Amino acid sequence: MGLLEIRNLHANIGDKEILKGVDLTINSGEVHAIMGPNGSGKSTLSAVLTGNPAYTVTEGSVLFNGKNLLEMAPEDRAREGMFLSFQYPVEIPGVSMVNFIRTAVNEKRKYLGQPALSATEFLKMMRERKDLVELDNKLANRSVNEGFSGGEKKRNEIFQMAMLEPKLSILDETDSGLDIDALRIVAKGVNHLRSSENASIVITHYQRLLDYIVPDVVHVLYKGRIVKTAGRELVAELEEKGYDWIKRELGDL
Amino acid sequence: MSVEQSYIDIYNQMADKVKAQSSAPLNALRDDAMKAFAERGFPTKRWEDFQRTDLKERYATNYGINLTQFNIDFNPYSAFKCDVQAIKSHLFFVVNDVFYCGDKKVDDEIAALAKQGIVAGSLRKVAKEHPELVEKYYGKAAKWDVDTTVAFNTAFAQDGFFIYVPKNVEIDSPIQIINVMNADLDLMATSRNLVVVEEGAKLQLLVCGHASKKFNYLCNRVTEVFVNNYGTLEMYKLEDSQDCMTNIGSLFIQQQADSNVLVNEITLKNGFTRNNIDVALLGEHAELSMCGMAIGDGNKHIDNHTFVDHKVGHCKTTELYKYILNDESVGSFDGKILVNKGSQKTEAYQNNRNIVVTPTAKMYTKPHLEIYADDVKCSHGAAVGQLDKDALFYMQSRGIPEAEARMLLMVAFANDVIENIKIEALRTRMHMLVERRFRGETYTCGACTDICK
Repeated sequence: MGLLEIRNLHANIGDKEILKGVDLTINSGEVHAIMGPNGSGKSTLSAVLTGNPAYTVTEGSVLFNGKNLLEMAPEDRAREGMFLSFQYPVEIPGVSMVNFIRTAVNEKRKYLGQPALSATEFLKMMRERKDLVELDNKLANRSVNEGFSGGEKKRNEIFQMAMLEPKLSILDETDSGLDIDALRIVAKGVNHLRSSENASIVITHYQRLLDYIVPDVVHVLYKGRIVKTAGRELVAELEEKGYDWIKRELGDL
Repeated sequence: MSVEQSYIDIYNQMADKVKAQSSAPLNALRDDAMKAFAERGFPTKRWEDFQRTDLKERYATNYGINLTQFNIDFNPYSAFKCDVQAIKSHLFFVVNDVFYCGDKKVDDEIAALAKQGIVAGSLRKVAKEHPELVEKYYGKAAKWDVDTTVAFNTAFAQDGFFIYVPKNVEIDSPIQIINVMNADLDLMATSRNLVVVEEGAKLQLLVCGHASKKFNYLCNRVTEVFVNNYGTLEMYKLEDSQDCMTNIGSLFIQQQADSNVLVNEITLKNGFTRNNIDVALLGEHAELSMCGMAIGDGNKHIDNHTFVDHKVGHCKTTELYKYILNDESVGSFDGKILVNKGSQKTEAYQNNRNIVVTPTAKMYTKPHLEIYADDVKCSHGAAVGQLDKDALFYMQSRGIPEAEARMLLMVAFANDVIENIKIEALRTRMHMLVERRFRGETYTCGACTDICK
């Protein structure tokens, strides 16, 4: 059984149907890229998987680790090992990074029946993981994402991912707004965390990020459905030819 | 018989006795104040300044009134242990409306302060021993002719705390005054406080309000504060009382040139509260920082009314009030800053931010600036909103449970008011108290053996 099994998933925002029957299976150890033109439902898929209350699932099922994901509260999905690197990380004035991430880590440990980390253990872990994405020391004492640059916000997402050690990470347009150096740092972090025990979904428009994070499987999401699945060679083909040939195959052009 | 008439009758019967046990500076205003009260009665919602708070209704309960000022058998020093750790303070109590003198510690503290030249203690006693000190200030800042609750206080009040910090004296550690309501019947307390900070002097003052749970209480406390040229006052007010408490607090401050005043007023837990702060900036380059926070739940009522009068130019006011209202609680903020004609180069900033957590809680806000000078920097703003849904989801998506995420956001919201506290130990303590309050944990702010239980 796969780590994540999505069957015929339909989801709305308001009255508008965005996902129109998504099928997708992801196994541990795999990196999947999801590409597709604007408005095809890529971000909606990540929002639905993480339980964003703005979206309603109208049909279909999602099993995560064999459990019914759609019945879980967002925090339980996270504690079961789901992680979303946000396209637009949220600023939370007044809540310090340290406090935030310590609460998150210990809530997860509590959920898994593990004892809370001691202050020393936590700080040691934080120092190591922070270095992985070259996150400045000072940021740890600041409020969550407040006043962070675009690159710092994205690196902070990967730092949180490193702290929470998820089974499945969804990187939603993590490359948007990143310069090439930041992109390299982010990719290095993600690759470092990659193992046979976990999996990633990389949502992106561009080949750029996928040069650094090499996917095993590439999907094209179009009009709320996965219309093409292939190996990593599909990335280069899309970069070269765009999406029109796929649309044409589907009879849309 | 009207609510007022019963008090007018009591005054007529008891005035002579009250005057006999009181002294000249306090007695001088009693009859006039009673007359002012009798003319207009208690404020109701029809009064412009009381639109959200009916005080006549609150006074309608048949409270006991302790005009003979007998001491109840209760030693707060043994019952009360404030565990604001590491705050070394000169600690005094006002039990109901009497300054507590029954413990040797009181004399020791008064003596320790006297060594620094500071006169502190019971207003009743100081008015007898140093009438000239009290006479010069008493009733000079309080607008008893405008606010009838202040008139009522001026007619009946006999005791409270008095602090005089002479020229260029900087107090060694804060003075802490704990107002406690504790009686074996429904009781009303009417107390009066007077604080004078002379030229170049400095005072840190922490005033706490508590109550036992046993009966219904109403207290009407009026405080007059005078800060002379280059004087500095930090005043922290904390209410951590009970459902059974009606708290009417009026604070009048007069600031002279180059003085600096910080008022930080936190309503952590209460019943029904009306706070009025009235500040007159009388000398140039005076600075005022006024901060407040209120946490409401159940059917609590919290009304903060502030008025800052820029009588002269070159002064600066910064005002920030924050409310977090849960359940069916009601909050009101009515703040006015007046910049008089000719008060050029005034800087005045007023801000009121509120979070209404439930659809049934209510917040009323009325921020206003009235400006009659043309070379000033002023701003005011108010906002009523809910917790940031995006931030909540972001935290949940990291595995933080919704309730915990809400708590973190509320604590964060309150943060800048607490950060304004300059006494580090108090600030740390307040962070913890606020967090515990939001968690809904049963707590008291001290390790008391009796009060608040």
